[in-house]
Amino acid sequence: MARLRLSSLTPYALPAAVIAVWQAGSALGVISDRVLPAPTDVVAAGWRLALSGELLANAKSSTARALAGLVIGGGIGFGLGLLNGLSRAADRVTDTTVQMIRNVPHLALIPLVILWFGIGEEAKLFLVALGVFFPVYVNTVHGVRGVDGQLVEMGRIYGMSSWTLFRKVILPGALPSIFVGLRYALGIMWLTLIVAETISASSGLGYMAMQAREFMLVDVVVLSILIYALLGKLADVLARALERRSLAWHPAFQNH
Amino acid sequence: MTRPLRQVLAEAQSVPLEIGWLPETKATAPALPPEEPPAVVPRGSGVALDLKGVGKSFGDKRVLGGVDLQVRPGDFLVVVGKSGCGKSTLLRLLVGLDRPTEGEIAIGPGRDGGKANARIVFQEPRLLPWASVLDNVAVGLPASLSSEAAWKAAETVLADVHLQGRADDWPSVLSGGQRQRVALARALVSHPDLLVLDEPLGALDALTRITMQSLIERVWHAQGFTAVLVTHDVAEAVALGDRVVVIDEGRIVLDLAIDLPRPRERGSAALAALEGKLLDAIFGVAEVVY
Repeated sequence: MARLRLSSLTPYALPAAVIAVWQAGSALGVISDRVLPAPTDVVAAGWRLALSGELLANAKSSTARALAGLVIGGGIGFGLGLLNGLSRAADRVTDTTVQMIRNVPHLALIPLVILWFGIGEEAKLFLVALGVFFPVYVNTVHGVRGVDGQLVEMGRIYGMSSWTLFRKVILPGALPSIFVGLRYALGIMWLTLIVAETISASSGLGYMAMQAREFMLVDVVVLSILIYALLGKLADVLARALERRSLAWHPAFQNH
Repeated sequence: MTRPLRQVLAEAQSVPLEIGWLPETKATAPALPPEEPPAVVPRGSGVALDLKGVGKSFGDKRVLGGVDLQVRPGDFLVVVGKSGCGKSTLLRLLVGLDRPTEGEIAIGPGRDGGKANARIVFQEPRLLPWASVLDNVAVGLPASLSSEAAWKAAETVLADVHLQGRADDWPSVLSGGQRQRVALARALVSHPDLLVLDEPLGALDALTRITMQSLIERVWHAQGFTAVLVTHDVAEAVALGDRVVVIDEGRIVLDLAIDLPRPRERGSAALAALEGKLLDAIFGVAEVVY
């Protein structure tokens, strides 16, 4: 039992070691406070902001934006991915266009987006949605195309209607690939949001970091960065849990 | 790590080794009593097949031509031939996957004079890996059936193929033979009038194949459907068929009735003679170099 608990902590050993070295470096004066404040200072800053309610408010507004953007962009990517995966005609009409847009770095659109939407919520939602759209789209198309043709033929012969065939054969077959897209999209989601918030926002974690920079609060800047890391990991853990639940049939997810 | 062991035990229980059917022991084993038909589903009615001058061409290539074949309801027909001889094409025509370019195929009528219910077992199990064994079997049932009735029917037929207790397993944990038995259960659960088997045992090892052959024979006997088995194993053909048809280059070159009692004694002189006849027809006597 003790061994089991220990081994589950292994992945966190490296981050813990980094923090320990960092703390030691700060305490010994090797790392300047103006460059990188000690971990304890960062925790203190976090505690201060948590007490004032600022931290929670900013985290909430960032999370709300991130999820809204994910739902919109991911939803469109999933829908179009299914359509293009299932229909050659739709693929011929839209795929080339999508691939052209995909190769424009979406963050390069920030000046244009600000001109269109100002610095309101729409600008950030648009950028996040655009960012998550592509990984979800590409992997959904790939997943649907990769479904075993023999299973589809079996379903047809056994009299499945198109809807049943989709629900019982095509969608579950495409799901592993769709999850890859989702996890990739979650990374892009945070990245896009933080960049967008850094440039133009009046709330959110990116805004918090930029404000702190104005007032030379290095501890808060570092705190923001650490929170990004935690949120990114949290999103990935949730996606993995969802994946494990829906792919329980997959040999890769058994006996773990 | 208790799981594999449990599986092994479950497997050992679920596959009754019919020792009397194994070649090594047949000389000493007492004659098997006729198999009790498993307590199954009501005996379905086989359908008659009537093929008149059936042919199929893909572009200029004629892969099947002038096939005349009449099969009585409930008969076990075996089709043998070399790869690429057109036997799979014939099978696809029978289940309606393709339409013949010449001639006519009449199947049925099915029960109550309706359309015949034809089912197919492929060479690969083609199970849905994301559905449990039970749900895979239920794929063979009409969608209109309530899920409770479907599960009940699926459980019954799983017992027929000796897979009771594996209903909730994923296909990935089953052995090749067990997977093919699930595929067989999926085909049988709707009580077909016609069961078409496309080299269903081709990918299995020799011993599993023998067990599977007797299983197929038993469910066929119990349910009374018309069976069409495509194979390139002549031993399998003479063990199971009421009638064996040899196809070569798209035509029937031999139509052999086999009137031996069942279950047939593997390796007996009568079967060996028939096997030789089939091989001669398949390769053409002149081709065999001594």
